Amino acid sequence: MITGHDYSPERPIKRSSMYQYNDNDQILVDERVAQFRRQTEQYLKGEISEDQYRALRLRNGLYVQIHAPMLRIAGPYGLFNSRQLRKLAHIARTYDKNYCHFTTRQNVQFNWPKLEEVPDILEELASVQMHAIQTSGNCMRNTTSDHLAGVCIDEIEDPRPYCEIIRQWTTLHPEFDYLPRKFKIAVSGALHDRAATQFHDVGLHLVKNDAGETGFKVIVGGGLGRTPVIGQVIKPYLEKKHLLSYLEAILRIYNLFGRRDNKYKARIKILVKESGLDKFSALVEQEWQLIRDGNELSNERINAMKAQFVDPAYETDAVLDTGFSEQQQENKAFATWVKHNTATHKIPGYHAVFLSLKAPDSPPGDMTDTQLDAVADLADQYSFGEIRSTHRQNLILADVKQADLFALWQQLDSLKLATPNIGTVTDMICCPGLDFCSLANAGSIGVAKEINEALDDMDYIHDIGDLKINMSGCMNGCAHQSVGHIGILGVDKKGTEWYQITLGGSSENKAAIGERLGPAVAKNQVTKAVTTILAVYVKNRLNDESFLDMVNRVGITPFKEQVYANN
Amino acid sequence: MQIIKDQQIIDDNWSYVADEADLKAGNISVSLARWHQDKARLLSREGKLGVRIGPSDVVAELAPDLNAIQLIELDFPDFADGRSFSQAWLLRGRYHYLGEIRATGHYMTDQVFYLSRVGVNAFNPEKIEDLPIVLANLNDFTVKYQGSIN
Repeated sequence: MITGHDYSPERPIKRSSMYQYNDNDQILVDERVAQFRRQTEQYLKGEISEDQYRALRLRNGLYVQIHAPMLRIAGPYGLFNSRQLRKLAHIARTYDKNYCHFTTRQNVQFNWPKLEEVPDILEELASVQMHAIQTSGNCMRNTTSDHLAGVCIDEIEDPRPYCEIIRQWTTLHPEFDYLPRKFKIAVSGALHDRAATQFHDVGLHLVKNDAGETGFKVIVGGGLGRTPVIGQVIKPYLEKKHLLSYLEAILRIYNLFGRRDNKYKARIKILVKESGLDKFSALVEQEWQLIRDGNELSNERINAMKAQFVDPAYETDAVLDTGFSEQQQENKAFATWVKHNTATHKIPGYHAVFLSLKAPDSPPGDMTDTQLDAVADLADQYSFGEIRSTHRQNLILADVKQADLFALWQQLDSLKLATPNIGTVTDMICCPGLDFCSLANAGSIGVAKEINEALDDMDYIHDIGDLKINMSGCMNGCAHQSVGHIGILGVDKKGTEWYQITLGGSSENKAAIGERLGPAVAKNQVTKAVTTILAVYVKNRLNDESFLDMVNRVGITPFKEQVYANN
Repeated sequence: MQIIKDQQIIDDNWSYVADEADLKAGNISVSLARWHQDKARLLSREGKLGVRIGPSDVVAELAPDLNAIQLIELDFPDFADGRSFSQAWLLRGRYHYLGEIRATGHYMTDQVFYLSRVGVNAFNPEKIEDLPIVLANLNDFTVKYQGSIN
């Protein structure tokens, strides 16, 4: 059932500031739904060819997968409000099998919609200011960002206003909707890059220049997938007012000169690589010089957008609460959860809380309708009604008072959302793999489950500390295996599933692509390989040395020797 | 033969002359290669002139001649080849071309809204029965987020 537009006032709770659609934004998504409804009707009547409908449905997030279509919904730079989460729960119940999946690009996927019902789902989404526009297809995709934007302690400037400016600019851009290949933009505003900006087609990093002004460092040509490439700096400092004209210049050069003869060589990273950064930047610079004037972002526009993201009404005395430290002393499990699943907040007395979607018995990133509804209520109760998704497939309540943490933890625990494993070895990124995806060569969820079961000792997991395992079921690398500290890539060898293991990848500031450990291992050997790698680390680390630091120090040989010891 | 120009269905009074065919009377369009090769002959004849460009043609090559050209046809070999969108933008936005820009070939009626936004003002759809669909689809959206040509 379509519930229609809900313009009713929000419930009387203090809201976090999130971009709110104006009339034009609403009209645009409504008209998009009408357009796609018409296109789908024409397709079902045979008036649009399979090929053409494919291009149109992809631009509305609709893939056709092994079992059913898959619908990907945009999570604009990872921000959701409680009303939107309840809508996702409603869609999961009404149109799907009672769950949805959070992706590495802060989006949401439904795995079981019926094609003919997708226009209805999109109409439901539009009623809560959501859409699936350009979440797939060879066009500009959802802009991603730092999941701690606006609340972290190492921020140069809040990236969210710029994300929204980019979201609008990229949405239905008439010139750049039929690009050679997909195009992804990420924005980070903090010292610590939590948005993997060096692995995007364009990465934007808010930086300060010598005069103390804030602008963008522009990185181009990064990407994961089949050919992982670390992006290169094309503009060390771009004034904010030139943000859109510079993006336009990059996109025009890419649209005109990007390769269209081979889809595996069509990303901008190949154009940058084949032209060389110097030649590519010269082309962009020449184009930009011709369009930059008269195409500036005004201060008024920037300030109006910033006003959409002002701080919620923090309580100034939140830090005075004393119960929090007592509760940690009295309850070890709570203290452990606080240590691993919360992040320091810029406001004393507040914490950003991670909700782990990596419970041992649940596929990474999946959430049920019941959990979605419950989290919406918790967000209203404890975090200004806002929920964020992270690129490691977890959720965040970004603004929780320390006095509320204990009660929140108890409720999250009963929802199986409090596994204290954020940033640890069981906080795996994992694609849907062969179980759902028509592209996959190998399963990933089952392997993740097996690894999870083998690592059932939380103390051991915490002792290992910061270790990111990323696992993809095919070369397309949706789970970013090439930047996992341990990367696992499923490949098909004559009809059986094998797994290549890499070590030492990172998507953070010191970006690196993992080095292959050796020959692929059989499916039933993956868990053993992982536990062996962990044992080598535990045995050989120096003091507080992290796994990644140790790999960088000793290389892959000690790991290789043990993993392949019996071969 | 009918096409859409400036949101109206009109009779088309242009014909395209293939590279190996003889030039003929009336309003004709030719390929960019033929334009370069036969420019003097083309300019000395009666009738209006058009050039048909494909996605890999370089629009800048036409820039010095735009005053002599009344029609530019953007020929889509495949609807997925989006270079034509940037070509249209360049013709209008960079070279200030004021004549007719017409989409022809294998594009989708679902692309005409975007094409009109980048400056295409005439549409020769693949199937004649698509003319009313093109007219309707030109109005798919009443709002927009970006400046462009239209």
